[in-house]
Amino acid sequence: MAHLNPTPVLEPGQDRTMILNMGPQHPSTHGVLRVLLEIDGETVVRMMPDIGYLHTGIEKTCEAKFYQQVVPLTDRIDYLCPMTNNLCYVLAVEKLLGLEIPPKAQWLRVLLNELTRINSHLVWLGTHAMDIGALTVFLYCFREREEILRMFEMVSGQRMMTSYFRVGGIALEPPLGFFDRVRDFAGYFPERIDQYENLLTGNPIWMMRTKGVARMTAEDAIGLGATGPTLRGSGVDIDLRRDMPYSSYEKFQFKVPISQEGDVFARYMCRVQELRESIGIVRQALDGMPEGPIKADAPGVVLPDREKMKTQMESLIYHFKIITEGFAVPVGEVYQAVESPRGEMGYYIVSDGTAKPYRVHMRSACFANLQTLPTMCEGRLLADVVAAIGSIDIVLGEIDR
Amino acid sequence: MPLAPPITDLEQLKNHPAVARVVGWKPEAVTGVKFDRDEMTIYVDRAYIREACIALKDDPACPFNFLSDVTCVDWYPAEPRFEVVYHLLSIPKKERVRLKVHLNSASPAIESITSVWPGANYFEREVFDLFGVRFTGHPYLRRILMPEDWEGHPLRKDYPVEGYR
Repeated sequence: MAHLNPTPVLEPGQDRTMILNMGPQHPSTHGVLRVLLEIDGETVVRMMPDIGYLHTGIEKTCEAKFYQQVVPLTDRIDYLCPMTNNLCYVLAVEKLLGLEIPPKAQWLRVLLNELTRINSHLVWLGTHAMDIGALTVFLYCFREREEILRMFEMVSGQRMMTSYFRVGGIALEPPLGFFDRVRDFAGYFPERIDQYENLLTGNPIWMMRTKGVARMTAEDAIGLGATGPTLRGSGVDIDLRRDMPYSSYEKFQFKVPISQEGDVFARYMCRVQELRESIGIVRQALDGMPEGPIKADAPGVVLPDREKMKTQMESLIYHFKIITEGFAVPVGEVYQAVESPRGEMGYYIVSDGTAKPYRVHMRSACFANLQTLPTMCEGRLLADVVAAIGSIDIVLGEIDR
Repeated sequence: MPLAPPITDLEQLKNHPAVARVVGWKPEAVTGVKFDRDEMTIYVDRAYIREACIALKDDPACPFNFLSDVTCVDWYPAEPRFEVVYHLLSIPKKERVRLKVHLNSASPAIESITSVWPGANYFEREVFDLFGVRFTGHPYLRRILMPEDWEGHPLRKDYPVEGYR
């Protein structure tokens, strides 16, 4: 039973150090991350993350599915931001097909993506604060998150595994009352961010636990492949929404928060300010929402409306063909990256001209961000490891895929 | 929006910053280029991949200083079987380029680029784990997602989707 006795991958380097195993079942590792620590007293000498406990072979599964059947799998990669993954995948397939998406669908995608970002950041803020010992914030964050999940349920029928976007548009028109509900939320949410900040930002205990802890320089962050708030917290000014816009992001005004210090507090400030920017984008999307169709006019790719299927023979045939045979995608390859709440989420899709993708690779932001942990923690106290893990906001489902 | 056919003529593409840099640095390292769907691909000879990465990273005009991704495609049963794919990003210039290297199934090994970007570490381990491509000079080339004692490389095309039972 070799797998029950895994070979130790880290050996103590000297007599005075010992190996401490943290995880995979540890509440502060946000899933099933195992970390091997070589410690000298309370000081971490070496650190080695060990992953793979959630590996489900999604990339292999994708190769056996039709293009439209992959959408629900993308939800399950990162269960805190399903819409971002949906968006990245459908954008990549649309780029392969050369499809033009109607403006209303693009704006709805932006709206829902920013709500997803808020949702993901709220879970991060609640659990990160709880790891460090501020229990109350968790309850406040989940109060607002619950409202966002209810809005997701309104549009897609699901709270978490939404699968709402389709190749060529989105699945359904949002129901009556959805926009009013979002407007309501956008009205009171900035005040709620003030509440979280009142609990944390100026709190002396919070500052002592986060300021100057787990520092990372900009060169280290770039070299190690960090993206998102983990990179911007070290002072590198890049945000794919602004710099390489997709899905009409170029039509929205927003600031990209940057911090220079590169510590846990800097990353915290980046994300909290991103919450404010996101709610601004949501408001702009509500105000400027264009009228028109929500699906591209591509009969062989986009499923026809139910009404048309009952009255038009061609629609019925197209529906039958898409469901039973899928749709063929021209030969080629694309790499589409979007700014997920955690950083650069990228899909690399290779098509061989059939109805199933030849290869789907997900560039996971957390997978690269996780590599920064040893740089942040080595030479520091054991208690800071928990703060550092929280500050890079990892989701193990996305790391292991 | 009809798709434009891919451009593979080196003469037409030599103004792209990445192509200009690699061709200017060592013309024999480039075995082909492709511009398709607004994305630039450079096919690099297997022997030069690490140096080509250094050349692109140190380009004063458009430094491709960020490694986005390393992955692999298996074209079984065709030869050369493996295609290792690198995605680079220029943070100052907001440009992307894709580097590709072909590897035979007889000796799927390539020089590691962990000395250029330490962040390549996990990506290369993942490619080794799931495809069985070896990276020479990698500091810690072990399985990363699959268990240590796993047999086979699951993302190879001759590996069944349901696994071996």
